[in-house]
Amino acid sequence: MKKIITLVITAIMVAAWSAAAFASEVVVYSARKEHLIKPLFEAYTAETGVKVKYITGKAGALLERIKAEGANTPADLFITVDAGNLWHAANEGMLAPVKSATLEKNVPAHLRDPENRWAGLSVRARTIVYNKNKVNPNNLSTYEALGDSEWKGRLLLRTSKKVYNQSLVASFIAEKGEAETQKIVESWVNNMPVAPFSSDTKTLEAVVAGVGDVAVVNTYYFGRLLKKNPNLPLAIFWPNQKTSGVHMNVSGAGVTTHAKHKEEALKLLEWLSSEKAQGKFASLNMEYPVNPEVKPDPVVATWGEFIGNPMNVSKYGEYQTEAIKLMDRAGYK
Amino acid sequence: MAQEITHKSAGGKPPVSRRMEIRIKSPAWFALAGVLALVAATPLLIILSHLLSPNQEIWSHLAENVLGTLAVNTVLLLICIIPLTAISGVGLGWLTGACEFPGRKFFSWALVLPFAIPPYVFAFVYLGIFDFTGPVQSFIRSIFPAIGFIDIRNFCGVSLILSLAFYPYVYLMSRSAFMTQGRTAIEAARTLGLSPGKAFFKVALPMARPFIAAGLVLVCMESLADFGAVSIFNYDTFTNAIYKAWFGMFSLKSAAQLSSILAIIVLTALVTEQKMRSRMRYTEAGRSNKTDRLQLSGPWKWLAFASCSTMFFLAFALPCIKLMQWGIEAIETDLTRYLEYGLNTLLLGLAGAAITTAAALALSFAKRNDPGPLMNWSTRIATLGYALPGTVLAVGIFIPAAWLDSNLATLFKPLGLNTSNMIQGSLGLMIAAYGIRFLAAGFGAVDSAIQRITPSIGEAARTLGATGMNMLLRVYIPMLKKGLFTGAILVLVDVMKEMPITLMMRPFGWDTLAVKIYEYTSEGEWEFAAVPAIILILVGLFPVMLLTRQMDK
Repeated sequence: MKKIITLVITAIMVAAWSAAAFASEVVVYSARKEHLIKPLFEAYTAETGVKVKYITGKAGALLERIKAEGANTPADLFITVDAGNLWHAANEGMLAPVKSATLEKNVPAHLRDPENRWAGLSVRARTIVYNKNKVNPNNLSTYEALGDSEWKGRLLLRTSKKVYNQSLVASFIAEKGEAETQKIVESWVNNMPVAPFSSDTKTLEAVVAGVGDVAVVNTYYFGRLLKKNPNLPLAIFWPNQKTSGVHMNVSGAGVTTHAKHKEEALKLLEWLSSEKAQGKFASLNMEYPVNPEVKPDPVVATWGEFIGNPMNVSKYGEYQTEAIKLMDRAGYK
Repeated sequence: MAQEITHKSAGGKPPVSRRMEIRIKSPAWFALAGVLALVAATPLLIILSHLLSPNQEIWSHLAENVLGTLAVNTVLLLICIIPLTAISGVGLGWLTGACEFPGRKFFSWALVLPFAIPPYVFAFVYLGIFDFTGPVQSFIRSIFPAIGFIDIRNFCGVSLILSLAFYPYVYLMSRSAFMTQGRTAIEAARTLGLSPGKAFFKVALPMARPFIAAGLVLVCMESLADFGAVSIFNYDTFTNAIYKAWFGMFSLKSAAQLSSILAIIVLTALVTEQKMRSRMRYTEAGRSNKTDRLQLSGPWKWLAFASCSTMFFLAFALPCIKLMQWGIEAIETDLTRYLEYGLNTLLLGLAGAAITTAAALALSFAKRNDPGPLMNWSTRIATLGYALPGTVLAVGIFIPAAWLDSNLATLFKPLGLNTSNMIQGSLGLMIAAYGIRFLAAGFGAVDSAIQRITPSIGEAARTLGATGMNMLLRVYIPMLKKGLFTGAILVLVDVMKEMPITLMMRPFGWDTLAVKIYEYTSEGEWEFAAVPAIILILVGLFPVMLLTRQMDK
């Protein structure tokens, strides 16, 4: 009996081992939601025959899993929806530097890790959205100016717990230093008529209802809302066009340090940055492609062109902890 | 009297120790309890070990700017939730458990149904209905524009939401107490001239105290560990702060420091709760006779009907209606994939419930056989996982599992075997994690039931030659049926609703309905989240109904 059990266990292990060793596949841990990434994986498999195994979750938890798994991790590629988490993963030594002319060509330098451990795949622009019936866009100028007395009781923001706002404030710190940033954030807090919202969508809905008149949100939330109801009195304003440019975050990815399929992972990453994948990658969620050769989705294009902030997005991770502390001090919930 | 009050002898040995006689002097039980407690406590200890090298800089920031608000918010929340769930849970439990009124049969199980709705679903549904942009405020504003905007995202709103989500704990526990406590005590009280109301407050309620307390402890722990609902309301609690320190400030150490404060709060509450009732033992005298219910008359029976209906409407019908409305807006062509998610959810729930209830039974049986401070502390620590946010617990489980794995890998490598990730990323580990997370729920139900079995039963069984396993199987389990069912329902549904552990630990291909709900809600897409939410409720309804009916037999 014992012998049979040993045999069976050995057989299973050998089978598992050989399956892992010979099948052409790549394993992805993705903080990008399944419905925003699965169609691309399917297209990749159809094109190359390489199987993509994936699991989705929160970036922080997935990274903790990769760290705990250490050298044994099955993860080959780690996808996040912001730059801060990529910076953190790289900082923890969980992402390997890659040399790829393709990535260098397809992804602008400021949307990539300076040390080549990760690359952005789509741009998430965080901008100002206003109520057309109540705001003259000529009165809008910059993110910073939303703290002016003109917007007292009219500014709506999402919670400071969301990484997009942490990145935005981090970029201010990188640009202007802590003291000035703190003043800006305090002036925002002073202008909010109600506590911050838990999502960009809720924030925009509150602008429609008239709780406030201006909000800072990612453009694709605006796009989704308008897709459902095109008559909403909302419009996009591109701030900081004469100064630093519109704040841009990235959804991006990096090959893990202990990847079992390093080459396959890099190939997938390169493919995702290629012209044929970029259109779909960005338009699935009405984001902007990182690849300058690819035009955004027609709906997205109607929102107009803008000058983006040329700051390297890795700064967001670098200053994120400071940003959170600063927002805590300023009373931004 | 059905109630036997044993005063603890102050120091010294009890005379001709009656208690000693009923003990089963089997070290195996003690060892089993020890192992269970140790396994369950490991994640907590791993997290707390981060305290050894605290991050001073972030900690002083938190102490200065954050901790005060957190403490106030947490206290406010508990001050509201405890009375809300106690009154509604005990009141409704008494009505459906011991009284007779129109609709009683329906409400007995229907009032458990809200338990199938996860708190984060309650939160986004209620916010959808009642916040600035929802139909209620829009309607009020259209009539009285002067009223303006009413913000419900404060401790009142959060308390109400969490009370609706968690009152079934108290309801289930107290109802099962009222049903099993037998009529003799109440009748004795009535013949001594007490009115039905007085009989309830003087006899039935005190006798149900361990059950109610166990239910309330679960409510408090769940409230402290809740992440989904409080973040949808953007209400700052320890859980929020833990996540922010960890994922935002990238400091697991600071997250561990905050978690340890949470653990200390809960431990203190557990000790206080046990001290409060340690001087009394509650035992059951007679079996309940289900035909013998208190017949409510006249206006009382309609008041009972109205209370039950109101709760059913607020905690179940209303959220379901809103979800349906959203679900229809977002109905997808591809519903078949939800079949798989539903099946995964149910299988994980069943496996989790089986393991957890078994562990809870072993633990409380061991505690009964070998009572003492060591055992008390073991069980307390073993059940602490309930109050920790799921992701924190998951990390505490993942670290030792990964360590085991890498050691196994080195061990087997010379044999040419690749055992990498046999443990981590396995289904077994995730189910074990559920067990650790929800042991408190199973244990609360089983232990309060075992406490009500008279010691004389154990003695009688012993004189008839029953020992150890035999005694457990032939004497205790049949008597504990209701407690076990209650524990199993609680854990089953808890596992099905569970999000953070599943999200972090699931193997490839084990997506559940909760995972799908997370994916949509985190993007603010409530309509799409409604579809898996409805299916989750439907999947949850089946076991809840089945088991509640079973309990009533």
